[in-house]
Amino acid sequence: MPAAPPYLRARVPRNEDARLLTGRALFVDDVQLPGMLHVAFVRSEHAHGRITSIDASAARLRPGVHAVYTAADLGDYLKPGPILVSPPPIPNLVFHGCTQLPLAKDKVRHVGEPIAMIVADSRYVAEDAIRDVVVEIAPIDAVVDLEKGLAADAPLIHEHLTSNLAAHVIQRKGNYASAKAKADIIVKRRFHYDRGVSAAIENRAVVVDWNPKSEEMTIWDTTQAPIPIRNGLAAMLGLLESQVNVIAPFVGGGFGPKIMMFYPEELLLPWAAMRLNRPLKWTEDRQENFYATTQERGQVHDAEMALTKDGRILGVHDVFLFDTGAYDPYGLTIPINSQCTLIGPYDIPDYESEFTAVFTNKTIVTPVRGAGRQHGVFVSERLLDLAARELGIDRVEIRKRNLIGPDKFPVNHEIMFQDSAPLIYDSGDYLPTLEQAAEIIGYEQFIREEQPRLRAEGRHVGVGVACYVEGTGIGPYEGARVTIEPSGKVRCATGVGTQGQGHFTVFAQLVADVLGVNVVDVKVVTGDTREFHWGTGTFASRGAVVAGSACHAAASNVREKVLNLASVLLNVPPDRLELSGGRVFDTDDPQRGMSLGELSGKANPLRGAVRPGTEPGLESTAYFGPDRGSTASGVHAIIVEVDPETATVEIKRYLVVHDCGTIINPMLVEGQIHGGVAHGIGNAFYEKLVYDEQGQLLNASFMDYLLPTATDVPMIETAHRETPSPYNVVGLKGVGEAGCIPTGAVFAQAVEDALAGSGVEITEIPLSPNRLFELIEAARK
Amino acid sequence: MSAAIAIRVRVNGVRHERDVEARLLLSDFIRQDLALTGTHVGCEHGVCGACTVLFDGEPVRSCIMLAVQADGHDLQTVEALAGPAGELNPLQSAFRAEHGLQCGFCTPGFLMTLTAFLRDNPAPTDSEIRDALSANLCRCTGYHHIFEAAKRASRSTLP
Repeated sequence: MPAAPPYLRARVPRNEDARLLTGRALFVDDVQLPGMLHVAFVRSEHAHGRITSIDASAARLRPGVHAVYTAADLGDYLKPGPILVSPPPIPNLVFHGCTQLPLAKDKVRHVGEPIAMIVADSRYVAEDAIRDVVVEIAPIDAVVDLEKGLAADAPLIHEHLTSNLAAHVIQRKGNYASAKAKADIIVKRRFHYDRGVSAAIENRAVVVDWNPKSEEMTIWDTTQAPIPIRNGLAAMLGLLESQVNVIAPFVGGGFGPKIMMFYPEELLLPWAAMRLNRPLKWTEDRQENFYATTQERGQVHDAEMALTKDGRILGVHDVFLFDTGAYDPYGLTIPINSQCTLIGPYDIPDYESEFTAVFTNKTIVTPVRGAGRQHGVFVSERLLDLAARELGIDRVEIRKRNLIGPDKFPVNHEIMFQDSAPLIYDSGDYLPTLEQAAEIIGYEQFIREEQPRLRAEGRHVGVGVACYVEGTGIGPYEGARVTIEPSGKVRCATGVGTQGQGHFTVFAQLVADVLGVNVVDVKVVTGDTREFHWGTGTFASRGAVVAGSACHAAASNVREKVLNLASVLLNVPPDRLELSGGRVFDTDDPQRGMSLGELSGKANPLRGAVRPGTEPGLESTAYFGPDRGSTASGVHAIIVEVDPETATVEIKRYLVVHDCGTIINPMLVEGQIHGGVAHGIGNAFYEKLVYDEQGQLLNASFMDYLLPTATDVPMIETAHRETPSPYNVVGLKGVGEAGCIPTGAVFAQAVEDALAGSGVEITEIPLSPNRLFELIEAARK
Repeated sequence: MSAAIAIRVRVNGVRHERDVEARLLLSDFIRQDLALTGTHVGCEHGVCGACTVLFDGEPVRSCIMLAVQADGHDLQTVEALAGPAGELNPLQSAFRAEHGLQCGFCTPGFLMTLTAFLRDNPAPTDSEIRDALSANLCRCTGYHHIFEAAKRASRSTLP
């Protein structure tokens, strides 16, 4: 079913699929180079302790081992990594940036922290040698619980600090105290939202090829940010940026942790390759992934909402603790996302939010899909549910009464967002989204007829409806270069990496529409610094918005060049020319024209000069840098049935009505939403990292950490709405995280509704059948 | 290092004779020794299913088998599915039409699981499809479009 132009909003099948479906797509671990050696890491088995000795002599003697490196071998290269994201300029902000050494020197601060690096003929031999390295560690009590971690007698994780406090931030809008004084009711609870892993099916991998003759380095890396990786590594290795090429080929899922930089492995392989003059490969295994790849969640909120008796929110006050893990290289992105996204689509006149980030002896925390947004949404949505119950107002109705009206945009919330820009919503139309969701799920009919009927039969069914906004498409910028080649095919190179979002197709759709070519004739290249070396990366649901806008801009420039040159060659005014079917032609006489390939040849002649003010070829590079992000929004609705005896939850229906501005490809948008919802369902009911009191992760395998399977995730209904963003030409907003943001909130609401009358109140995520059973049992007593 | 053991296997119709270490995983043998890198490794403990290949026609997890166990057997990997000129087979086409893949890393495993499933059960019910899919993990798609792809492929196998 070939798609036809215009491609915007069309369900165009993906250009990249054929390679992926036939096993021809290149992933990092597929790279095999002559003479390549393999790397394995000795990692800490203790969450917290002092390294008293490391003896690698036996490992160095093992046949097939080429080198073993410890912190002592790294010389000047042994430096803590950079702070990746500086905290926004918020008054009185406290931030203690503590980053990791590539190999632990005196102390270990979480299980899995790398201590030694082994290079051997094969991964098998390298892993054999792990047990040859004798590491003696004097254990120190671990900091696991956030509140205990802040106690005066808590063991210090970073001894140059006076406590385990990593950051403290207060943001205010209006005056909560006066809101509270005016309120008819205050609802107040403590909420827990615990850790999970991103669980990309591809683990991390790095391959480095240092060519001592050309003095060039090529790095294949499962990163979401190949350009910053190249620039940072070049600086640290003492090379020019142009001597280092980083390629993020096909990457098997990102979800956030693959934008963390720099992982120790990413720093160490290039360094060692230059010493050994051999290509090196390291591929993480799944167990390492559970310890050494960054994680997210882990917040405890003490929150209250002040309302009038008719359910109008007057203000919200929230104080929360945030578990940043053993180090905090990603700054405050996650807690600031939580802080900002709590406001959601609601008009909250007075808001005060205070958080304390706490160092713990657990894996480092950086954004994972949702990046803290879901924590804020969980708090505000749960508070609204509680208020609705106390006030006797319907749950959908109380939300309607508080939504920001369409005439209020742009909305300035007077606090700072994670991108160091003020939190301003560009556009949105929230009430129709909520009404449409309630209508499609049959909310009224369900609570009036179906639920009472089923309850009378002894069945426990419930409905949930929750709203969210998603700050997307933040700066600083991305770029793209678009070239029409003499074959008539179009090449579009951009810097962002791709991890399954469909960039090879959505960018091609934007370019194909501008240039009037077939979408399959636009060859997109992403994530290869040889092709494009300006940009930041794929994160914060920004690829389509920021890089997509750059592709559109570059294609528009090329279109201008086509019109100008064709106008001269065809002797037709530019406004009478049209681009379609890979040709440019006179609209008065469509036979009069030429193919874009032919025109491309004429733009790069073998004889004749390039006239002043023109450039050879049909090519342009353009950039797009929004001042701030565009705000997507939506509503999730769910119907569940709970078996109170087994505490299993069956999701009967799941609906997402969302607004990500102009939609490039509805099929791909639906895919993003489905995946996000599945991730959210996992976080809500299946996935929980269980740490013991000594910081040992007890379920570091897919046998013990449950990812949802095809029998756990329902078919997901979707409806699209479009409120175009005024911040970019096409009107785009991001959608990558929308599926997982309100999932915990809507799930908790519906389960609680299903158990109405039992006294079960859900103030924590993740649940599990076991935890829900405990809550049901506790409520019975 | 243990002594090499000679094995003979037929992979995607091609016979191979290799000397391998006894401990070499079948997944590593396929990916490294035979350079068939379409088979992916996601967990190395037999849960995610990304490494699924057909072993005498039956789906197995090549990450928890040894190469020596394949001696004398017939293997099929994802590289065997497309036609000689790279044309997608009906199952692969269904995945493209229904957007049944995003990052594509788990996809070869799903394709091999479904190849055997649809061969044995050409007209499955919805719940049989879901059961079959639950053998493999995907983090990108939420399974919705994979389910649609499997369903489309099952119809395409009917007369």
